[in-house]
Amino acid sequence: MRLAYYPGCTLKTRARSLEEPALASMEVLGFKLEEVRRWNCCGGVYSLADDDLIHHVAPVRNLIRVKKSGNDNLVTLCSFCFNTLKRANLLMKENVEKRDTINRFIEEDVEYKGEVEVLHLLEVLRDKVGWKDLARQVRFPLKELKAAPYYGCTLVRPRQVAIDRSESPLILHEFLKSIGAIPVDFSESTRCCGSYQILHDRSFILDCSADIVSSARDAGAEILVITCPLCEYNLCQGQKDLAQRRSDFIQMPVVYFTQLLALSLALNPKVCHFELNSCSPESLLREKNLLRQDAIGG
Amino acid sequence: MRSEVNMNSQDPPDVSVREEEKKAVKLIPIYIMGKRYEVPEGLTIMKAMEYAGYKFIRGCGCRGGTCGACGTVYRKPGDYKLQVALACQKTVEPGMYLAQIPFFPVNRARYDFAKLSGAPEEIFRLYPELFRCVACNACTKACPQGIEVMDAISALKQGNISEAAQLSFDCIQCGLCTSRCFGELAQYHMFQVARRIYGGKIVARAKHLEEMVRAIDEGKFDDILEELKKKGEKELKQLYESREIEPVGSGEDWVPKDKAYLLV
Amino acid sequence: MGATVSSRRLGSDFVRKVKKISGQNLQLCYQCGMCSGSCPMVAKMDLSPRQIIELARLGLEEEIASSRTVWTCASCFACTVNCPRGFDISKLMEAIRLLTLRKNVDYVRPEGIPREERIELPQIAMVSGLRKFTG
Repeated sequence: MRLAYYPGCTLKTRARSLEEPALASMEVLGFKLEEVRRWNCCGGVYSLADDDLIHHVAPVRNLIRVKKSGNDNLVTLCSFCFNTLKRANLLMKENVEKRDTINRFIEEDVEYKGEVEVLHLLEVLRDKVGWKDLARQVRFPLKELKAAPYYGCTLVRPRQVAIDRSESPLILHEFLKSIGAIPVDFSESTRCCGSYQILHDRSFILDCSADIVSSARDAGAEILVITCPLCEYNLCQGQKDLAQRRSDFIQMPVVYFTQLLALSLALNPKVCHFELNSCSPESLLREKNLLRQDAIGG
Repeated sequence: MRSEVNMNSQDPPDVSVREEEKKAVKLIPIYIMGKRYEVPEGLTIMKAMEYAGYKFIRGCGCRGGTCGACGTVYRKPGDYKLQVALACQKTVEPGMYLAQIPFFPVNRARYDFAKLSGAPEEIFRLYPELFRCVACNACTKACPQGIEVMDAISALKQGNISEAAQLSFDCIQCGLCTSRCFGELAQYHMFQVARRIYGGKIVARAKHLEEMVRAIDEGKFDDILEELKKKGEKELKQLYESREIEPVGSGEDWVPKDKAYLLV
Repeated sequence: MGATVSSRRLGSDFVRKVKKISGQNLQLCYQCGMCSGSCPMVAKMDLSPRQIIELARLGLEEEIASSRTVWTCASCFACTVNCPRGFDISKLMEAIRLLTLRKNVDYVRPEGIPREERIELPQIAMVSGLRKFTG
């Protein structure tokens, strides 16, 4: 089954470790993710100003490209892109006046009214593959891996775009269960990692990381499973800064959910690009015998 | 019909000739910075401005559409859309309402090309304002070369230097994109870094060029060059006219009879 | 902290603009403090989100301008999701930021970001950060 796919700028550079295992895994599961032609940067964040129009042009232009290619679904992997595209999509569905102005400004030969459905890969796994089916196709269940599912913000807030409940979401927990891991619930699983504040004051990120990691560790987790490249960067930089300040601080490895997916489907670990992970989970995974030598050729 | 004009004559110019000339050439109105002029149809904007009395000391260069000095913006009567052109290439139209943007201020990053690694992050470092792009497409609309400027900037954000370099190949650095940019980017400077990295660090080196340079340094062509230098003009012309020429439509395996100076 | 509230302030340009840009009904807030309670950055803020809302609707723009709160906000939407009255506080924060940014005043300058960091930072951080902090 073919699905239109929107990567986002970061996934083409430092977050290849999020993208490549995802594309490879989805092929195994019977889905071909085809990149949207001529996609442009979505703008990162949805414009929260009520009188703003220009900042909606970037995400809407991408949605128009999807519509023109004949697709009515768009799958995203980057949490920020997901949030921006889905919110812009809702705007085009609900706000007639803005929709008209934006359509006229963009000057594509197609009028866009929110016809495309914006999905995150986790939704595709839950709704189009199904947890039971996924579990059936898992060759190397990630046994005894105590994984803390970290959602962050943009996948579960605000409510109108959330892929699951905003408070106590379970979609990532269920994913981990279906690939054989042990999801460890912890209180800070939806707490912000500090987001773009990394540009402004690194001490903010350090504090957020301290709270998130210590909460996960107290709950018994040995690895943090994340979905977003900015969370990956912040949690790793934050932990590195913490380790410099506190000699007793032990860093917790941080891994993308797609990397775990690929391993569970017996894909070659090379496709996971662990060399791009800043708080590499490799040694932990090796310890637990989860980096298998008898994987499918990469 | 024109009568003969004696260019070398000391006499004053024949007024009747000019009246005839004027009737033969159609004049159309254009507006240069808001002021109306009647200029001959068929002139380029640049020539029309000179006809009107403007003398270019800036905003004019190659007059051939490649230097980017004469970026011009204009509007057509009754049309709100902004049009762009190069003054040396575009012919005037009736009612054209124009102004020139010969220069637009930008900050150009300083860098030592030899020290650049060729990674896309180099451009992020040199031009962090790259990320202020909101994909409004004003740059693409402002490009007189028809470059997909927004797509090329998008490629840079995605770290794809090769694509940015190829998309921006026709860029003549006129600066019109920058003048319209919502995010205040200097697109053409970013593209230049991309093209330099692409040409200098990404694209494969031409092996045959290296071989040729080595052959030259080793003196393979020294003797024949010395011989030729001693010959007179007549003999050189003879040699040139009697040289062997590759026949039109010959295949890749054609070789000349005299293979002495081939490397392959 | 003392401040003068007057009808002139309540009807001021500042209040009008904040309402227009945020699109929110500032009168919805009943100061319950759920927003402050769920804010991950509140410990770094001099004024809490709850206080900002109150100051905004009273038109006390100098007090808000001298606070760093809106620049410490990470747009995580926790406040929005937790507000019992459906008031979108993240939009209020954005509106207050934009009042400065739209005057062409940057809070963070792109050239102020250390060079090594520009190479390391994921594009998401650069794009979203420059959107929130530059005008």
